[in-house]
Amino acid sequence: MAVVKLFGAWLSPYVYKVIWALKLKGIPYEYIEEDLSNKSPLLLQYNPIHKKVPVLVHDGKPICESIVILRYIDEIWPQNPLLPADPHERAVALFWIKFADDKSPFISKLYRTDGEEQQVAAKECFEMLEVIEGHALVGEKKFFGGDEINMVDIAFCSVAHWLGVIEGFTGLKIFEPHKFPRLNSWIQNFKSIPVIKDNLPDTDKMSAVLKRRREMLLASKSS
Amino acid sequence: MAEEVVLLDFWPSLFGMRSRIALAEKGIKYEYKEEDLRNKSALLLQMNPVHKKIPVLIHNGKPVCESLIQVQYIDEVWHDKAPLLPSDPYQKATVRFWADYIDKKIYDLGSRVWKTKGEEQATAKKEFIESLKLIEKELGDKPYFGGESFGYVDVAFIPFYSWFYAYEKCGNFSIEAECPKLIAWAKRCMQKESVAKSLPDQQKVYDFILQMKKHFGIE
Repeated sequence: MAVVKLFGAWLSPYVYKVIWALKLKGIPYEYIEEDLSNKSPLLLQYNPIHKKVPVLVHDGKPICESIVILRYIDEIWPQNPLLPADPHERAVALFWIKFADDKSPFISKLYRTDGEEQQVAAKECFEMLEVIEGHALVGEKKFFGGDEINMVDIAFCSVAHWLGVIEGFTGLKIFEPHKFPRLNSWIQNFKSIPVIKDNLPDTDKMSAVLKRRREMLLASKSS
Repeated sequence: MAEEVVLLDFWPSLFGMRSRIALAEKGIKYEYKEEDLRNKSALLLQMNPVHKKIPVLIHNGKPVCESLIQVQYIDEVWHDKAPLLPSDPYQKATVRFWADYIDKKIYDLGSRVWKTKGEEQATAKKEFIESLKLIEKELGDKPYFGGESFGYVDVAFIPFYSWFYAYEKCGNFSIEAECPKLIAWAKRCMQKESVAKSLPDQQKVYDFILQMKKHFGIE
């Protein structure tokens, strides 16, 4: 019986954060793919409050919410630490992780909305990129974690991969490399890390599914 | 080197109260600086350039932003007294989950109770009460969320007690009638000096909310 189980959905950036953390630490796990339109009784039992993925189950005990899961993983398996040891540096890292967590939903709003609502989401995304470029990546660092990725890099994954795919099929242009040179370097560096590169949802498949989801969402809104 | 601790804050802030309580629990001497949010100080803008919000904890010149991060930082740095977080990783995950729930659900729903009216407010009130009942269930029969001792979730949630009267008056309902165990818990927390001296008077908060409603044009 697997000691570590992960309930996930192949499209969710929150799920990938957990996958990368487990792989970076070399933790074997059993992955269970959930159909989010038909959630399993087991998922609802393990996450009765939010009913969402990811859920990590360790020795039968569930942990919910991706950041809570990441911190748990980092504490149980201290090899390849994902947070700085110094309390102040850790507080700064946690600040950026919270910022990423608070702002990332606007990226998915880009494909779930249209008209004014979409414009608001686009503005929020653009401002988020400006903050990252101007405040988080200052100091010639290769990654938020320094020479190696850490939890902050993982937390910003939607910017690195999901944003580009969504811009592709919605026709939005929010991220432009020349406007965000530091962020552009970071994205290239982040996506060339083997654990990240080998564990990303297929761009074409994701594009097709999200585009269809967008069409259904917008159709149901107008009816 | 002498420890220099400054807290940039605003008296009715639920978030600022958390840090006040944590500092008091640890017996830390600090300078409290009241911010005028319509005229933010240069220090605040320098220490929290991203959000420009309070509370900001400044320890030996270095800022820590976001109240729950501040509470965890205080607990780590001053770890030899009154521990707020459990040491077991699974229990830590549980308390972090509930603090996150308080911020994502209870704060937003409470805000909607005083900021809206009519049907929107009725919906907000219903959902707010549901979320309070959920957290009351988590408390169970324990004296505190932390068990026998006052802990992280208690610190995260008790500030809301100072806003209960305002929510009740704005929404025309009684939290004690809906969640008697929560009120018993809150009164127990208020017996602690660290809490009593960190929370403002409920009437004062209600007067402040009335002013805010006038300012935002909400009847």
